[in-house]
Amino acid sequence: MENYGLINQLAQYLITGITVGSIYAIVGIGFNIIYNATEIINFAQGEFVMLGGLVMVTLVHTVHLPMPLAFLITIAIVTLVGLLMERLAIFPLKETSVMRLVIMTIALSILIKGLAMFVWGKNSFALKPFSGDTPLSLLGASIVPQTLWIIGITVLLVVLLSLFFGRTIIGKAMSACADNLEAASLVGINAQRMVMLSFMLSAGLGAVAGMIITPMALMEYDRGAMLALKGFGACILGGLGNFYGAVVAGILLGLIESYGAGLISSGYKDALALGALLLVLFIKPSGLLGSAEASKLKKF
Amino acid sequence: MGTGYNKTHNILVLADHLSHTKTIQFNEDMLMKKSILFVCVILLALILITPASICKAAEPYKIGAVFSVTGRTSFLGEPERNSAKMFEEQINAAGGINGHPIELIVYDTEGDATKAKNRIERLIRKDKVIAIIGPSLSGTTMAVIPVIEKAEIPFVSCAASIKIVQPVKKWVFKTPQTDTQAVEAIYLHMKKHGLTRTALLTANTGFGSSGRVQLKKLAPKMGINIVADEVFGPKDTSMTAQLTKIRGTDAQVIIGWTVGPTQVIMIKNWKQLGMDKKFRFYESHGFGSKRNIELAGGAAEGVYAPLGRVVVADILPADHPQRNFVLKYKNDYEKKFKAEVSTFGGHAWDAMAMVTMALKAVGPDKAKIRDYLENIKGFAGTGGVFNMSPQDHCGLDSGAFEMIVVKDGKWALTD
Repeated sequence: MENYGLINQLAQYLITGITVGSIYAIVGIGFNIIYNATEIINFAQGEFVMLGGLVMVTLVHTVHLPMPLAFLITIAIVTLVGLLMERLAIFPLKETSVMRLVIMTIALSILIKGLAMFVWGKNSFALKPFSGDTPLSLLGASIVPQTLWIIGITVLLVVLLSLFFGRTIIGKAMSACADNLEAASLVGINAQRMVMLSFMLSAGLGAVAGMIITPMALMEYDRGAMLALKGFGACILGGLGNFYGAVVAGILLGLIESYGAGLISSGYKDALALGALLLVLFIKPSGLLGSAEASKLKKF
Repeated sequence: MGTGYNKTHNILVLADHLSHTKTIQFNEDMLMKKSILFVCVILLALILITPASICKAAEPYKIGAVFSVTGRTSFLGEPERNSAKMFEEQINAAGGINGHPIELIVYDTEGDATKAKNRIERLIRKDKVIAIIGPSLSGTTMAVIPVIEKAEIPFVSCAASIKIVQPVKKWVFKTPQTDTQAVEAIYLHMKKHGLTRTALLTANTGFGSSGRVQLKKLAPKMGINIVADEVFGPKDTSMTAQLTKIRGTDAQVIIGWTVGPTQVIMIKNWKQLGMDKKFRFYESHGFGSKRNIELAGGAAEGVYAPLGRVVVADILPADHPQRNFVLKYKNDYEKKFKAEVSTFGGHAWDAMAMVTMALKAVGPDKAKIRDYLENIKGFAGTGGVFNMSPQDHCGLDSGAFEMIVVKDGKWALTD
């Protein structure tokens, strides 16, 4: 019998939870960026993740580009998809209700999924890990290098995004639009441009999420919806529109799932995560880090 | 054909005669017009004659088929439709059954029970088929059974569930192996190697749950001890938590039961956690695609799986009773459709083979076909060697599976 105690198990659950949670967090941030600029929930967010993964697979394994170059090109391609989506489907409907736009994003997610099925077929695709597959050991927990990439890139994204929103003119302009669209327009911010940028930014983020999980979890055309659901959970739990909230809540959801599966029952892990989400919404409807004041100003 | 040839021949002679007649004073243009006219007449005659000559052959035997060709379960229905169509083509190219060609009418159920029922009724009432094969899913099969039993028509399902043939229904047969037989194959193999403690790792899908029920049901009977019972979702990205829990138990074996990407993710996690030295991993009979080995990128090494012989046809020993039949099917399929063969298509192939065997032996009599199907013995199809009986309308046992281990990135036989 191998010496494998509770401490080792707990450490392993921690690593697993943070890894899975990081993905939820990135998807959640993607939801928030678009929500902040437009007040719509973009249900095609999961499709960006799926596209990121599949485009990367094609560029690396079929076109044989080096990883870093493929990484950048994938971000560019998926960002372009986000741009086209906004220009062709969201922008022309600008004088309409938020609900119609949300329904439009659902239609787009089905469309993108269908197109992806035509391009890549229904099979799953694997991507080689960024740096090898030899696990490291920490407190008896095995850590695959890809896990470190996922956690590292998530942290990097959070830092870059806070700098972007806090320090750059465009970022500040986007935040201003999020706070009050009309006021922002009055001081000379091109609000339409900001909406377009928000779609590009969250498409790019989705692409990154897709690229970093594919080496671990494979990718296929219909994976998007489930990832979007979990990311949306993170985004609600953390407080809709709250950037750090999504990060905290995403990782929290990952940890609840992981510890729930390990210590209670793997059959109930999703129920536990969603139960926690409901519980928080009962006690604090604006989410963990959301502000009740701010949410009153929003349409939903 | 005879009359057709003569007619065409006469017209040709007439045309030839007219265009070369010097005595009649046509100018060049007139002649040209006439020639074109005659060419048209000839073409028309050919078009009219061709179908007539085919109709001269014996009345075709109509066989109906319903598969989930599109929709979520098209990975089953598509190869099934392809296989059944290929069978039709081959048998007709070889002159049909006792001179009768077969006509296969295929409808798509889209995996929907109501649609399956409607299509089956259409096959019976409107198309007046002699026998029906398909559907692809256990759910749709169960939904159409009452219609079949009422219409009294021979029916060979391509779906897996044991419930289809247990209890026995008079007109209902099926070709796929069931998960019960796959479970038996794994448990027998474990016991042969002195392994008795297993952990279960199953998906909470129809396939996974059904496997889990059978695994738990058969374990006490076969002296297997289940020490952990873990579940995951079909779109989960990591099974590390479940495996970590299993790692803390005294299991010797992990049995994973799922299809789709999770069957690759779980063995990748198993390898990453370094559990491959301590726990032997068995996958279900759904693991039989070479793609899975590629996707796992080395992690599939040493994984066991009970597989239908279709996917491992080329490594079967030369004297294996199924070898030639399976290998021919596999090669034909892969050549024609440029896609890797799957066990699913084989189910439709076997169903077609049995129905046509019956037609050949007893002719287009529904009751006689049913009796024939019930007494098929020793038929080596793609799914196994079928021995039907009034008590068993599937006719396969755990020997329908070959225990395979992944070795050097390839399937290998094991004892």
